[in-house]
Amino acid sequence: MKHTISVLLQNKPGVLSRVTGLFSGRGFNIESLSVAPTLETDVSCLTLVTVGDNNIVEQITKQLHKLIDIIKVTDISEFEFVEREMALIRVKAEPSTRAEILRICDIFRGKVVDVSAKSYALEVTGTCDKVQAMIDILRPIGIQEIVRTGTIAMTRANKKY
Amino acid sequence: MKITGAQALLKCLEEQKVETIFGFPGGAVIDLYDEILAQDKITHVLVRHEQAAVHAADAYARVTGDVGVALVTSGPGATNTVTGIASAYMDSIPIVVFTGQVPTGLIGNDAFQEVDIVGITRPCTKHNYLVKNINDLVPTIREAFYIARSGRPGPVLVDLPKDVMATRFVFPEPQQVKMRTYRPTYEPHPGQIEKACQAILKAKKPVIYAGGGVILSNASDDLTQLARTADIPVTMTLMGLGGFPGTDPLSMGMLGMHGTYYANMAVANCDLLIAVGARFDDRVTGRVDAFAPHAKIIHIDIDPTSISKNVKVHIPIVADCKHALTAMNTWFARSEEFNAKTEKGNHAAWLREINDWRVAHPLGYVDTPDVIKPQFVVQKLHELTHGDAIITTEVGQNQMWAAQFYHFNHPRAFMTSGGLGVMGYGFPAAIGAQMAAPDRTVIDIAGDGSIQMNIQEMATAMQYKLPVKIAILNNGYLGMVRQWQELFYDKKYSATPLDVAPDFVALARAYGAVGLRATKPSEVEPVIKEALATKNLVVMDFVIAREEGVYPMVPAGKATTEMLLV
Ligand SMILES: Cc1ncc(C[n+]2csc(CCOP(=O)(O)OP(=O)(O)O)c2C)c(N)n1
Ligand SMILES: [Mg+2]
Repeated sequence: MKHTISVLLQNKPGVLSRVTGLFSGRGFNIESLSVAPTLETDVSCLTLVTVGDNNIVEQITKQLHKLIDIIKVTDISEFEFVEREMALIRVKAEPSTRAEILRICDIFRGKVVDVSAKSYALEVTGTCDKVQAMIDILRPIGIQEIVRTGTIAMTRANKKY
Repeated sequence: MKITGAQALLKCLEEQKVETIFGFPGGAVIDLYDEILAQDKITHVLVRHEQAAVHAADAYARVTGDVGVALVTSGPGATNTVTGIASAYMDSIPIVVFTGQVPTGLIGNDAFQEVDIVGITRPCTKHNYLVKNINDLVPTIREAFYIARSGRPGPVLVDLPKDVMATRFVFPEPQQVKMRTYRPTYEPHPGQIEKACQAILKAKKPVIYAGGGVILSNASDDLTQLARTADIPVTMTLMGLGGFPGTDPLSMGMLGMHGTYYANMAVANCDLLIAVGARFDDRVTGRVDAFAPHAKIIHIDIDPTSISKNVKVHIPIVADCKHALTAMNTWFARSEEFNAKTEKGNHAAWLREINDWRVAHPLGYVDTPDVIKPQFVVQKLHELTHGDAIITTEVGQNQMWAAQFYHFNHPRAFMTSGGLGVMGYGFPAAIGAQMAAPDRTVIDIAGDGSIQMNIQEMATAMQYKLPVKIAILNNGYLGMVRQWQELFYDKKYSATPLDVAPDFVALARAYGAVGLRATKPSEVEPVIKEALATKNLVVMDFVIAREEGVYPMVPAGKATTEMLLV
């Protein structure tokens, strides 16, 4: 099962490598990862998506917690939460497909962020599934380049299962 | 008054009550060595290879219960420590390793003798640091010692750039270490203690499975009390030996791959397994689904990641072993139900069942009149030292024979590289142990292969007049590997015969030590007696039965009940 884990960590050199080293060393997998500072400048938040059964995820959270520089580890999949991912997608745009591309972009509430004679660059945000769906629909038209962020996530206020 | 970083480091060591450090100098740590010369509170032991410094610090920590310290230079000095650090990490031994580093301005430039030792040791230290700013130096060292000794202990590395060691600054006031992110749990949850004790009360066939955590938390007495009060047989891991008296009637000796028949049978048939400071290592469990298959499992461990990692645990207790065992002993002392109905012999039927296994397949070997059996040597060592020596081991058959036949009655008397299994650990460990306990008899039970991995340390032992005894069980083979080849690889002895070996007796003499040899069983006792009476480094070369095997043996991946017996 897919788990989204949120990790608060001390913003010090080498901390990220402790986290990624833990995953590679113990054979856990990382589907996506994103890190950025929080309100406290010396604390960062890392959101990590991993796949594994409950035992593995329990080990992952315990092992993360064991790292000295880590402040808090939450498997937010245990809560109600919102997650977002963003993608930039460059699609081949011929006169015959332009309208179609714009319509798809509209349906997914995306934005056109760059235009050239032969392509559109689109921006989309949403859950991982939504971003994936948009990519799948655009694929037959001709995707030239994709850049995706990792997932970021936040629990809903006061909602614990 | 301003002092240099190097002076501050020594002040910190004093603050931590460090008396002995093991090290080897080099360009990046010259400033430190200059300061070491200028003081007399801390003894520096000059080893002959940096790996030995770390193993020595490791054994020093195990004997004293305090933090062991090693100091080495940058680059190759630092990389030479990695095996020692990894071993201490696997065995949860509190050590602090200081490595020199190139000046901060050169870091990242592939400077001479630069290596990213913090990167290299990240996965095998409990934590590590690069000190780039003089103002971080003292807090970092204080934190390093605190982390090494608290919670589940382990090695911490502190990398010290040369310019930081030379910088002058004002030494900060002593301060308690307070960390936002690191707070080990020492106290057990009372509800879990209640559950565990109730389970013990109900059990018909309980077994205590004790590991190194018992020794690390100084909980041997508490464990012994619990076992005797509740009449529970005890088996120990390699790391747990000495955590419960090995000659006690309730002791079943070691369990696992080379454990006793009766310990493995008891675990396989128990209805309650009480794991204390042990981590269900594959050498202990064999095939996991066949490990204690009928048992409810209680697991006491200070490290939550150890719990339910390999085997599902029913009653987890995250706590320091000593605290948890104390709480359990208090519970039993107060329990009316327990004290009303119970008297000794509570588990008489179960203990009889175990005893039947013991009688059917005792720990033993076939004695021969003209060839020395290694087990006989270990038995004689036990007898002639009255079981009171500090024993270190190398790795291989020698290690297993030491574990099986030297019945440890006390904690902190057996030092072995358990988790990593480092050939070459035993001799430097004996040096560290002898530094920690100058009046004790310290014996390294060695193999002819392993001893050659750190044999250069004879010079160290001679220099500091350490009367360490080395007992080489000389089978002319990398014996443990040969045994696997014999059993599982059609006796194809690829790269295991040690056809060329030094004359260990002559080698000892070359270092100014004493060399003794026994080739017949009748010579074993006189050699040991002479060695024990000698106030010098002694190498005893016991020429033993070449193809003797370690038994019982559970083949890797098999159930622990599928033992190959003598
Ligand atoms: C540094 C290191 N290299 C290799 C091994 C693999 N190994 C385990 S036991 C062993 C044989 C040890 O031979 P010896 O010291 O003569 O001991 P014996 O088994 O003969 O008693 C070897 C090679 C190891 N444990 N450590
Ligand atoms: Mg050998």
